Amino acid sequence: MAEGLMVSITVFVLAMFVGFEVITKVPQILHTPLMSGSNAISGITVVGALVIAGRLSSPFDTILGVVAVALATINIVGGFLVTDRMLQMFRKKEDGTR
Amino acid sequence: MTATAGGIIPLFIDFSYLLAATFFIFGLKLLSSPATARRGNILGAVGMLIAVVATLFDQQILGFGGILIGILIGSAIGVLLAVKVKMTAMPQLVGILNGFGGGASLLVAAAEYVRDPNPAADVAVTIMLSVLIGAVTFSGSMVAAGKLQEVITGRAVTYPLQKTGNALVFAVILLLGIYLIAAPQNPQLFTVFTVLSLLLGVLLVIPIGGADMPVVISLMNSYSGLAGAATGFVLHNNGLIITGALVGASGIILTQIMCKAMNRSLTNVMFGAFGSQVTAGAGRSATGLTVQEVTAEDAAILLGYARSVIVVPGYGMAVAQAQHNVRELTSLLEARGVEVKYAIHPVAGRMPGHMNVLLAEANVPYDKLYEMERINGEFERTDVALVIGANDVVNPAARNDPSSPIYGMPILDVDLAKNVIVLKRSMNPGFAGIENELFYRPNTRMLFGDARETLTKLVAELKKV
Repeated sequence: MAEGLMVSITVFVLAMFVGFEVITKVPQILHTPLMSGSNAISGITVVGALVIAGRLSSPFDTILGVVAVALATINIVGGFLVTDRMLQMFRKKEDGTR
Repeated sequence: MTATAGGIIPLFIDFSYLLAATFFIFGLKLLSSPATARRGNILGAVGMLIAVVATLFDQQILGFGGILIGILIGSAIGVLLAVKVKMTAMPQLVGILNGFGGGASLLVAAAEYVRDPNPAADVAVTIMLSVLIGAVTFSGSMVAAGKLQEVITGRAVTYPLQKTGNALVFAVILLLGIYLIAAPQNPQLFTVFTVLSLLLGVLLVIPIGGADMPVVISLMNSYSGLAGAATGFVLHNNGLIITGALVGASGIILTQIMCKAMNRSLTNVMFGAFGSQVTAGAGRSATGLTVQEVTAEDAAILLGYARSVIVVPGYGMAVAQAQHNVRELTSLLEARGVEVKYAIHPVAGRMPGHMNVLLAEANVPYDKLYEMERINGEFERTDVALVIGANDVVNPAARNDPSSPIYGMPILDVDLAKNVIVLKRSMNPGFAGIENELFYRPNTRMLFGDARETLTKLVAELKKV
């Protein structure tokens, strides 16, 4: 078991380095979409919540799972959509509209 | 989920998580340019879809009713929030979404505890950690969002013995956590642990003023990632750990950038209670200097006959929702042959990149938005710097008054421009409660009023020029 934890910690540390490497390249003008977008992917917790909501272990357990699924889904759906809404506004050339 | 269960399906599910994480990394990579960013976001969403669909094949899942309800409710609220939110309210929305991510991590860890209230020590460690980080993220983000929405006062809330009290709460949480790891089978104590963790989130954010919210939002962003990673530890899920670490790293980087842009340490932001008091100015500084007011007509003439104008937006533009009016004014100027650029300070607004999103909404092309380092050398050669609702980020005291609380903070050097026009609601000092000597400079003209109304007047006057 402790071995498994060590592997997990290794994965975590290496992934942090990947994160630093990738995210330092995001320019300042995209920092808000970066936040909402990375926020959306942190909704990956939903995969844990899905199993709990469906494993029918006890009613209380299921309720916790369903609420967790709902919260994580808001995070995911809201996050990706609002990020897309923002990103489609960023344009290099001006439109003829105004 | 658990690869240890054996068989081809768990292997397939684990593989799909790795695939999802790969999509996330590529998606974030594409965020390095506005031209590819939208594709990056879509790539991230596809990765998420892969992970969710694969999870539904998990053989532990016996019923889909609850799952369906959760997904339907979550999607409906998510769509509603994303479609309805105004661009000016983006910091609140990101705050709330951060909080929900933390809340989900908290609930998943709590459910694992409910299923097996007597876990081995290493599992217990990860559960307690996940509950603590998830709870602090949830309640802290909700308070931050409340402050941004001004449901709760945006000022720093302080009271006697605050730090001692917070330290005490934290110490109790630590002790309870350690006790619960050693002897987990104690649902009452677990509940106390959870409630105290939620309380800690509130206590940590309450003393932080509105102007420091960019740091708090970034920090909570980081926590929401770390909470996800902690959940990954609980569930032995590498996909979750990788993704959580990515988001955690992102939040940490943004937090660092924000702190650097305010020349303050994270400790100072978190515990310094900046902006707890308001010092009211009354049209003159302590030294008795007075400001020079200008009419919209004169300001329009100054702008209309300038060769170069740099617009410096701040939180005041967001509050007045004046980004479209700014755009209208600058379009007119550009039509007259005036060269217009925008100077964006990293902490202008209430979250990283706030001003850029607002100006993008108003159709300003992003190659006209300049970061501080790139534009500061140009103010000297600029005819008019137009400051719209920005204050502390243009205060020259940061450069030349060692006694000022913001001394050393990198600022936009607008005072070096030949003329400065400041659009401001009143003479009240900015959020940090610091007098701004820019307003008393001989080359500065003040144009008082609501930013949107003032800009409308300027546009009307400019059309006559």
